[in-house]
Amino acid sequence: MTDPMRIRAVAKDGKVDVRVLMSHEMETGQRKDSKGVIVPAWHIQTVTATYAGRTVLSAQWGPSVSKNPFLNFRFLGGKPGEKVSITWTDNRGEKRTDDAAITAG
Amino acid sequence: MNSSKERRKVIKAGGGIGLLGLLAAAGLLPAGEALAQQQWNSGAFGTRNLADAVKALGGTPPTENKAIQITAPDIAENGLVVPVSVTSDIPKTESIAILVEKNPNLLSAVFEIPNGTDPFVSTRVKLAESTDVYALVKADGKYYFLKKEIKVTLGGCGG
Repeated sequence: MTDPMRIRAVAKDGKVDVRVLMSHEMETGQRKDSKGVIVPAWHIQTVTATYAGRTVLSAQWGPSVSKNPFLNFRFLGGKPGEKVSITWTDNRGEKRTDDAAITAG
Repeated sequence: MNSSKERRKVIKAGGGIGLLGLLAAAGLLPAGEALAQQQWNSGAFGTRNLADAVKALGGTPPTENKAIQITAPDIAENGLVVPVSVTSDIPKTESIAILVEKNPNLLSAVFEIPNGTDPFVSTRVKLAESTDVYALVKADGKYYFLKKEIKVTLGGCGG
């Protein structure tokens, strides 16, 4: 079970500023546990942000993005009350989508 | 109106190559399917130097460009969490990638910037040791980079 993302989308000056905090281990695959066994890589691979049916940002991530990743981007348009949706998938095939309503800045 | 926008996207996608072309090609599909189609480029994420990474991303050798800005600390106390922001003032910026020279695998993240999204991203990355961090920008089919040195007091790998 994955934890929800924290998403803040604020409309200001004709743009929407989106800040996302995801909950993910982002294990690099470089680290060894106490027995000296390598902890397998486990990280988010793709992130997609959509607004009004169109993709406003898509990303591919490697394991070197920090644990509990933070992401900030801005797109044109968007009014308070409308929804922004973020989806990630990780290398174990886990997938999570969360929505947030745009708020006035 | 909407359909002509879609058309422009399709035309643009036709010009793409490699990974970026692949992702753009996914844009040909309806939104829902496009999400499912987005593939992780394991080849690019396995590369160990800038030239290879750019090649795996389907690009030509990049040139340095001061119209890119990297906002990151000069000294990072904790290499596990280093905030890095990249802004590109190059017209027609299509994608922004963050690469860390001395990490085991160079490429950290690739962001696709569609029309209507600011050529700006901010995230946090891990740095294994003091290193140059590269921002690689694809604009109008060409690649540009800027690098910034970040000193790390506590590494972000192992431990």
